[in-house]
Amino acid sequence: MIPRLERSVNYVILGVFAALVLVPLVNVVVEALGLASAGNRTGGIHLENFPEAWREARFSTYMANSVLVTVTVLVIAVVVSTLAGFALGTMTFRGSGVLFYLFLLGIMVPAEAIVIPLFFDLRALGLTDTLWGVALPQVAQSTAFGTYWMRTYFRASNRSIAEAARIDGAGSLRALWSIHLPIARPALVTLVVLLFMWTWNEFLIPLVMSPTGTMRTVPLGLAFFQGQHTVDHTLMAAAAVMVALPVIGVYLCAQRHFIRGMLEGAVRE
Amino acid sequence: MRRSLAATSPSAASRRAGVQRIRRGRVDHPAAPYLLIAPAFVVYGLFMLYPLGKAVHLSLFEWDGMSLGVFVGAGNYADLAADGALRASFVHAGVLMIFYCVLPLVIGVVIAAVLSRARVRGLGFFRTVFFVPQVIAMVVVATAWSGIYAFNGPLNAALRGVGLDRLAQDWLGSYVFALPAIGLIGTWVQIGLVTVLMLSGMAKINPELFEAARLDGAGAIREFFAVTWPSVTGETAVALTLTIVAALKTFDLVYMTTSGGPGTSTTVPSYQVYYQAFRLHEVGMAAAIGVTLTALIFLINLVVNRAADRAAA
Repeated sequence: MIPRLERSVNYVILGVFAALVLVPLVNVVVEALGLASAGNRTGGIHLENFPEAWREARFSTYMANSVLVTVTVLVIAVVVSTLAGFALGTMTFRGSGVLFYLFLLGIMVPAEAIVIPLFFDLRALGLTDTLWGVALPQVAQSTAFGTYWMRTYFRASNRSIAEAARIDGAGSLRALWSIHLPIARPALVTLVVLLFMWTWNEFLIPLVMSPTGTMRTVPLGLAFFQGQHTVDHTLMAAAAVMVALPVIGVYLCAQRHFIRGMLEGAVRE
Repeated sequence: MRRSLAATSPSAASRRAGVQRIRRGRVDHPAAPYLLIAPAFVVYGLFMLYPLGKAVHLSLFEWDGMSLGVFVGAGNYADLAADGALRASFVHAGVLMIFYCVLPLVIGVVIAAVLSRARVRGLGFFRTVFFVPQVIAMVVVATAWSGIYAFNGPLNAALRGVGLDRLAQDWLGSYVFALPAIGLIGTWVQIGLVTVLMLSGMAKINPELFEAARLDGAGAIREFFAVTWPSVTGETAVALTLTIVAALKTFDLVYMTTSGGPGTSTTVPSYQVYYQAFRLHEVGMAAAIGVTLTALIFLINLVVNRAADRAAA
């Protein structure tokens, strides 16, 4: 009887907990559909709120910016941190310890510390309000985590594979490409989804690096939309749903990678 | 997933054969590791290490971002310590830590402990749900919660529904409640992470430890303090670090919900960095706050990890 009681208690806890998590999210969707607005007497679902919010919040521009920034950050950061993580994880050389700790440092540095000097330096170089001004600081942040993540993976991966590659006479690059990378796929996918989420959601860096708003990403678009629409919560909610949707979609497809990455990626050396 | 790698590893025999052939294998050029690291290091150095150094440098000047800066040494740091409003932003961050860190940790550990006492089906589904707040952009979280806290929102409707009309108010516009209201959003975001983290830690505990405790006549509470809690020291350290750092870096949430108001009742250090630099044009002070924030995060990482190592030893 006791285990059965315990199990029922567990289901109650899980249910209440899940409801608490979902209420604000369901509420925002309900608002977006126009079901919560006082003007909606018919109780119908207003899907047209989404295209209207898309137009009014200028999401065509901001979504394109977001995709551009995210792809740029992902491609550069994943390539350079795989190379660096491979070297740090499989080779012994002078200075490897110092280099590793330098990269580790970057995981802890908050964007708040680097955006101020970055803004004034990049403005002097004419790089603010450009793709590179918004993307490169995020590439640096992502490279810190990516190098750490891939090094951890390559260190734990089977030594005999590296040995076999060496014996076959493969140079380090060829060994990485044809032997290590195919089996490193799970670790790479985790890295890609985490960097995608962080870059897509990033707020402070695009806010500071695009002062006139030409390279504004969607989270920024939402914030500035709020500035214009303090009253109309319906369109605001619809815009918010559209900002969250791409990440939610990837999360639902690859949730194991998200959870594993965020639990294992927490630095503890 | 890593475990499956064993299947693809060459057999012991072929490895032995390999040792004999190894001299024919190509040896990496001594510069190879440096060449592999170079691209990462260049972008990391230029856009992380250099600006970090520059932030420390800037923090020693009084500079409006345009004219020539004046060297003031530690002046900005002295002002930071003396200025009531700036000090208050760090106090606010401290209050947020209770909501981001202490509450999720206490609740998360208890829930995880209760859940891991009996097997339930569908835990994977619940795990997915609990984790959702972690992946959504903070601006979206802010929008969702502004809806909940709104004067005509569901929270006030619920209060009115149970006859507590007098309590119904504009929560984010209140000098008293705005900061705790933001804090509770943080609790909502972090609690799933902490619970999932603790569940994964508790799943690794050897069941024999529980059996031994039960044979000794330990009840659920004693079992928790004798077996469960000490076994998740590592997870606790990770949870502490992640949530404290998240509390210190609350920017988007404040920017979206209150902009530091009403008055200065919800200002936080990361908001002050932005505000000082781009509204007040006190660039040196903004850099000083950023550097202080970085130092605090380093210190917290160090202290938490030291404490965890000592507890584990």
